[in-house]
Amino acid sequence: MPKHELILLKNMMQPGYTGSLVDYEKTGGYQALRKTLGKIAPADVTAMVRKSGLRGRGGAGFPTGVKWGFLPKDYQGPRYLCCNADESEPGTFKDRQLMERDPHQVLEGIVLSCYAIGAETAFIYIRGEMVLGSKILEHAIAEARAAGYIGKNILGTGIHADVWVHRGAGAYICGEETALLESLEGKRGLPRTKPPFPATHGLYNKPTVVNNVETLANLPHIMTRGPEWFAAIGSPPKSTGTRVFCVSGHVKRPGNYEVPMGITVRELVYEHAGGMRSDKPIKAFIPGGASAPFLTPAHLDVKLDFEHVALAGSMLGSGGVTVMEEGTSMVWAALRLMEFFYHESCGKCSPCREGSSWLVQTLRRILAKRGRMEDLETLLDLCKNIAGRTVCAFGDAEVAPIQSTLKYWRQEYVDLINEAEAANLIKLEPVGRH
Amino acid sequence: MLKDKYGKEIEDILSRYPVKRSALLPLLYLAQRDQGYVTESAMKEIAHLLKLTPPQVYETITFYTMFNLKPIGKFHLQVCKSLMCALVGSDTLFGWINAKLGIAPGETTADGLFSLSAVECLAACGTGPMMQINDDYYEQLTEDKLDRIVADLRSTGTSPLKSGPFMWPEAMESADRPSS
Repeated sequence: MPKHELILLKNMMQPGYTGSLVDYEKTGGYQALRKTLGKIAPADVTAMVRKSGLRGRGGAGFPTGVKWGFLPKDYQGPRYLCCNADESEPGTFKDRQLMERDPHQVLEGIVLSCYAIGAETAFIYIRGEMVLGSKILEHAIAEARAAGYIGKNILGTGIHADVWVHRGAGAYICGEETALLESLEGKRGLPRTKPPFPATHGLYNKPTVVNNVETLANLPHIMTRGPEWFAAIGSPPKSTGTRVFCVSGHVKRPGNYEVPMGITVRELVYEHAGGMRSDKPIKAFIPGGASAPFLTPAHLDVKLDFEHVALAGSMLGSGGVTVMEEGTSMVWAALRLMEFFYHESCGKCSPCREGSSWLVQTLRRILAKRGRMEDLETLLDLCKNIAGRTVCAFGDAEVAPIQSTLKYWRQEYVDLINEAEAANLIKLEPVGRH
Repeated sequence: MLKDKYGKEIEDILSRYPVKRSALLPLLYLAQRDQGYVTESAMKEIAHLLKLTPPQVYETITFYTMFNLKPIGKFHLQVCKSLMCALVGSDTLFGWINAKLGIAPGETTADGLFSLSAVECLAACGTGPMMQINDDYYEQLTEDKLDRIVADLRSTGTSPLKSGPFMWPEAMESADRPSS
């Protein structure tokens, strides 16, 4: 049993809990909505969320209340909420569980968020592959609409909030908030140049907030139990609350573990995920999804919160913790992730579009024992010319696996290249060199 | 014509969005459901419905991987090849599929029943190796499970082994995972 109080996964861990409206109401569901709508001013809801310290759970970790505060106060006209359910970051599978097992918790958070920002329409942008999740959400929306929690004049307060499920169609980049908006507008999912930010020019050029599923699922609890309660959990003041960490890779019990932020990777792997499969030592781990640089066993006691993971040279990201055992080839692992980024690069910015292809080709060459020592400089040089030179953060993300594996496991690259050079009978001299 | 067949559903989709073009992806899904892939005439009809040009529809559909522009096998096996599944044996899974059905990624069996694709992460990294077949996820795959799924699909068109709502941690108890 977990040592810590579960918040987001609590209901679904009860035997027999189906996630239906009846079950959700039995656990105190929709009480936050009753307590908040028309009784606490929207600006005060935003202030409470800011006070709770809640930060976005999608990857960037931006403070939620602050994000809401960026919407123009005096804007007359529609505003939108988009729930980012495009969960596509390799290593991440928490939103799927939150939506499929306890959809009303997410919906209550969505309506609370709509109320705080003054939006009357919310779209749940769910990744296209999650057909089951979208059906479960649609069913839950119909239940909530019939019960008066969603739609016109919610609970007789005169407040309107309608919620629609919109399926993506298989593009990682649509998890980037402006690409998500483009996709929701029925276009290719290419990230927009910022500024302007979605807070002022979002969906259909209207003020828009994009919040992750897990972020929204926290809201009912913050409103029911108070921001002070939330702010005391985890690793205050900057990383408050729990985090649903998705543990994958070579562990005995992979899965979603909700723990207070600030526990160590060692605790997460050995106390929660059952330790390593085949009991081999850990060789490497990724703390926050494919976009987060690899870390080593020396970082096992790093606290899993925003600051400490950043100080260790990686990022908490989406909370996807992938663990690799001794014996895993790091060049192979970097290539697998690089192939993902190459496949998913949207093609808008040349450094990313062309660079990802070159990185994949160079890595493949090294892994196939046809590499040359200068390939290592080429890799780093390419990385340097991609990161920070693209419209969105994808460029920074795609170089992470290569830069970090080259930093910690350079010898593996060198060994592969040495094998290649030893096997080459004819040395090719670079042209023009004497 | 889609409009004659799905008039009510199309109206319902259009009513959700303040700007028509937003209905493009949902309508393309509808077209794909109808024929198994999106035909050129469906694209033209959808363009007309949304007051777009056919190239605007085409440029959008080609950005997304989930739309088929050509006929495809009745059962589309989409196996995750990303790192997290690869760590727990997805390459082995490709081998099993190849041995049993004789297809590699990008190929379809001669009887037109099974197509195989290698896809990137499907957000089921804790229950790999896994694949999606049409709308359904199949997780924690083993060779025996694959055999049963293929036999079920051949005989009944569906399989009880498909995933329901993500049942972690309950599903872990019976986990029997291949090694990489």
